[in-house]
Amino acid sequence: MPDMKYTQDHEWLKIEDGNVAVIGITDYAQNALGDLVYVELPKMGRQVKKGEHFAVVESVKTAAEVYTPVTGEVIGVNDNLSGDPELMKKSIEEGWIAKIKMNNPDEISGLMDKAAYDDFLKTVS
Amino acid sequence: MGEFAGYDMPLYYKEGVLKEHEWTRSHAGLFDVSHMGQVMVTGKGALGFWHKVTPGAYDKIPDGRAKYSVLPNAQGGIVDDLIVTRLGPEKFFSVINAGCKDKDIAWLKTHLPSDAEMDVWTGRSLIALQGPDSENVLREALGLETADMPYMWAMEMQGLMVSRLGYTGEDGFEISIPDDRAAAVWDKLLAHSSVKPVGLAARDSLRLEMGYPLYGHDIDDKTSPVEAGLQWIIARDHDDYIGAETILSHLHNGTQRHRVGILLTGKGIAREGSELRDLQDRKIGIMTSGGFSPTLKKSIGQGYVESGFAETGQKIFVNVRGNNIEAEIAGLSFVTAKTKSMKKKAA
Repeated sequence: MPDMKYTQDHEWLKIEDGNVAVIGITDYAQNALGDLVYVELPKMGRQVKKGEHFAVVESVKTAAEVYTPVTGEVIGVNDNLSGDPELMKKSIEEGWIAKIKMNNPDEISGLMDKAAYDDFLKTVS
Repeated sequence: MGEFAGYDMPLYYKEGVLKEHEWTRSHAGLFDVSHMGQVMVTGKGALGFWHKVTPGAYDKIPDGRAKYSVLPNAQGGIVDDLIVTRLGPEKFFSVINAGCKDKDIAWLKTHLPSDAEMDVWTGRSLIALQGPDSENVLREALGLETADMPYMWAMEMQGLMVSRLGYTGEDGFEISIPDDRAAAVWDKLLAHSSVKPVGLAARDSLRLEMGYPLYGHDIDDKTSPVEAGLQWIIARDHDDYIGAETILSHLHNGTQRHRVGILLTGKGIAREGSELRDLQDRKIGIMTSGGFSPTLKKSIGQGYVESGFAETGQKIFVNVRGNNIEAEIAGLSFVTAKTKSMKKKAA
């Protein structure tokens, strides 16, 4: 998957059309959280800044903020998650949280690819 | 693994907190709670000692009866909550919280009269078996017959101290075991098809559904048992225990705040520390425990509110990360307890 990028906070990004970042949380984050019970989703049209949290994933034991590594506008929200947060674990297609139209697509150049993220995981677990 | 009161504790085992929670409510969950403290107080002065350090009365209860109580401080706050079991007129067993063990033991020793002795059971493990299948499991896995044992009752059986009580609202037992036998007893119980191991996370969600307080969160050295809604543990006929002045004043004159249950009616999950606000957005209290109820599939919690807002059904807001979520005051208990009768069957 050449168009996948990863952050040190365990978000994944799938780049579509060159300037849209679809964001979700990785298997590592899902496993660390355990049973997911609620997702606080961002509003459509919200302007988000790189490094700010735009969603909160709640498991039985804790709440985890989801950060955006890119600046831009929320142009898609996965409303299916509000009824069934565990969908997040199924697949990228069903488990994405939001789509952000990037102001500056170069921002993703600093993010990890799959191989780099896998190496990073070895240092955290 | 998580760290709790200096112990490495499993937050959950391989199936996860939701399945462990549901398994406990439907079958039997096995909990290692050996981190808790166990003390035995014996001697002529033992009865008077418990009448001094707790607001409960143990003179008119039968041998074998266990009672939930608290250790009040001189200001009427709570040093810890605990179970006190009368095994005989001069023999009492008590289980105290892990995080308070050292503090409690020092506190108890300070108040121990010269005609009583306290033995801290350091060489004992404590295992809880909780859920509707618990009685059958004890019979089938350990050969322990408890059919005639009422709720809140303890007996020494096969060298084990078996108490019919717990922290889940289900029928169940806590079993004190000498350390050298603990692993074997655990393995025998776990080998039963009705039993699965359950971690600390589900222990917390199970007790939260019952409205049981967690020390250091829902009760502490600043909360009186009356504010905490624990009036039922206060004996009517004695008033010479530590903290009685404040506690009885709270009982007779009322208090400024009350511990209540909180049910979120809007979307979201509220946790410990969330502000409680009235519909005009004024702060009226604080949530002291909160989380997702696996049984109700809703966000529940408990906390303290100003007395004027403590009525069940009162609409409030819970502020989570700056957003007001609609909620209402509820009874502390969100799920009906399935514990047995406390009455002893006629012989």
